[in-house]
Amino acid sequence: MDVLQLFVSGLANGCVYGLIALGFVLIYKATEAVNFAQGDFMMLGAFITLGLTNDQFWGLPFWLSVPIAIAAMGLFGYLIEMIVLRRMFGQSQVAIVILTIAMGFVLRFAAGLIWGNEPIALESPIAGKDVRFGGLVLGLDEIVVIAVTVISTILLYFFFNLTKLGVAMQAASQNQLAAYYMGIPVKRVHSLIWAVAGMVAAVAGILFASKGSIDPSIGLLGIKAFAAAVIGGFGSLPGALLGGIIVGLIEPFASYYIAAGYSQIMPYLLLFLILVFRPHGILAQIHRKKV
Amino acid sequence: MMLQQAINPASAVAETVLSIRNLESYYGPIMAIRGVSLEVRQGQIVTVLGANGAGKTTLLKTISGVMNPEKGEIWYSGRNIAGEEPDRVVKAGIVHVPEGREVFPLLTVEENLRMGSFVRTDKAGIKADEEMVYGYFPILQERRRQAAGTLSGGQQQMLAIARGLMARPKLMLLDEPSLGLSPLLVKEIFTIIRRLNREQGVTMMLVEQNAKVALEVADYGYVMELGRIVMADTSARLLASKDVQEFYLGVQGETQRGQKRWKQKKTWR
Ligand SMILES: Nc1ncnc2c1ncn2[C@@H]1O[C@H](COP(=O)(O)OP(=O)(O)OP(=O)(O)O)[C@@H](O)[C@H]1O
Ligand SMILES: [Mg+2]
Repeated sequence: MDVLQLFVSGLANGCVYGLIALGFVLIYKATEAVNFAQGDFMMLGAFITLGLTNDQFWGLPFWLSVPIAIAAMGLFGYLIEMIVLRRMFGQSQVAIVILTIAMGFVLRFAAGLIWGNEPIALESPIAGKDVRFGGLVLGLDEIVVIAVTVISTILLYFFFNLTKLGVAMQAASQNQLAAYYMGIPVKRVHSLIWAVAGMVAAVAGILFASKGSIDPSIGLLGIKAFAAAVIGGFGSLPGALLGGIIVGLIEPFASYYIAAGYSQIMPYLLLFLILVFRPHGILAQIHRKKV
Repeated sequence: MMLQQAINPASAVAETVLSIRNLESYYGPIMAIRGVSLEVRQGQIVTVLGANGAGKTTLLKTISGVMNPEKGEIWYSGRNIAGEEPDRVVKAGIVHVPEGREVFPLLTVEENLRMGSFVRTDKAGIKADEEMVYGYFPILQERRRQAAGTLSGGQQQMLAIARGLMARPKLMLLDEPSLGLSPLLVKEIFTIIRRLNREQGVTMMLVEQNAKVALEVADYGYVMELGRIVMADTSARLLASKDVQEFYLGVQGETQRGQKRWKQKKTWR
């Protein structure tokens, strides 16, 4: 039973990493920029929800706070692209990377000012409850995290493959010039991609905050998600999710079977091995067609 | 003169759809379009010929709005569209079928066509146009669920034209549709271009290096050199012209090939 519980909790963590990784890949595929603040977007989404719903702050109902926080992060992503990133057009990749890293610092600092730097728990209805399947005891939070990730993935799949805007986003990331020729408003599409990445980050943040206390530094989780994205090939959405799940699963199993000091580095060791031996990621050959 | 004009019914009465005046475009400090003026009349196929680097692609890019001109005017249906965003230009009815196809490689044929109609909202019209397009290019219907990147060069060219048609353009800018295709395929594609022009009433501005096939389908032609228009005449007369024969049709003339350049000597008008 131990193994199954480890598996479920690893899978749940992996889903959060996967969702953050999704944001990395979405933005990278569409705009060729890497948003190193993606983890901090996740953190901000979590804190906005917390600020809306926790009793010491606004005390709104949880189910109202969630959509507001997701929408707010969508708007935030949209505006960041429109106001900040668009000005960087034509700048080098390095400049954009540094910009997004700096943005992460600013967000962490701002969150600390608004919500404090002490760990706080999100008053989430799914936190700290157990579900029993026969003799098996699983956290409700973990089950919900996995379920919500599955649902989000399905929604994103339908959005990108079946809606005109979603297909246009794919088109603009495959051939930007041709997208211009077809009258696709490429700049607006880029803003919208950032909006989607912001919303996905908010979902990841809410899920993460349902699993334990948060403080503004949880955005650094973005580094693990970045590793997940690279493991998945940094170019495919399913790859990002899979990479996240792999990283999520490695952690608990490594700490279970290997001495604690070594288990910490396992995700990065895997990242290193993947970069050396399969630089295009594990899904590179199987999945050519994906956003 | 009057008789010769009358042979070409389109040019005799048709109104001007596109009128370009003194257009200048730059790549940084490089002046690629050096004061071009030209006209395209309703229902015509107008070709722009010229060697590598003459500025033909730049001219089309400036019309479709992916490049902004430094100077000059582009008059289209009563307004100056110079410098407008590409989505507005497409909405206004001008679509650019780019050099080298530029399909969306991972999207299916069907999805590529759907992107062609991105600016439209008339569902029924889009559906009808999809049928129309498949009528002209049956191979695309067969391959409609295949990723565009896996099509052959000729099929990709057909897809690029078909995708452009899905915008229901009044004016189509075609950049070197013959590029890299076998003579047989070139013939097939140019036959379809002509049919589209006649049957669907799409006015065409056709950029080509292959002067012979272009002049065979076109009503009127311009010759560009180093960013300028150096000749302008009906296709029949350009085909018959010694200079065009010598420089663009590969017929050996009296002077040595490649020695002479058409600078401002014969500027249009
Ligand atoms: N992106 C660019 N940056 C700088 N210069 C460019 C760029 N694109 C084209 N040029 C220059 O502008 C001039 C015109 O190029 P353009 O592509 O319009 O020629 P073209 O007539 O279409 O040639 P081709 O028949 O080879 O397609 C050339 O001298 C070319 O070197
Ligand atoms: Mg060209």
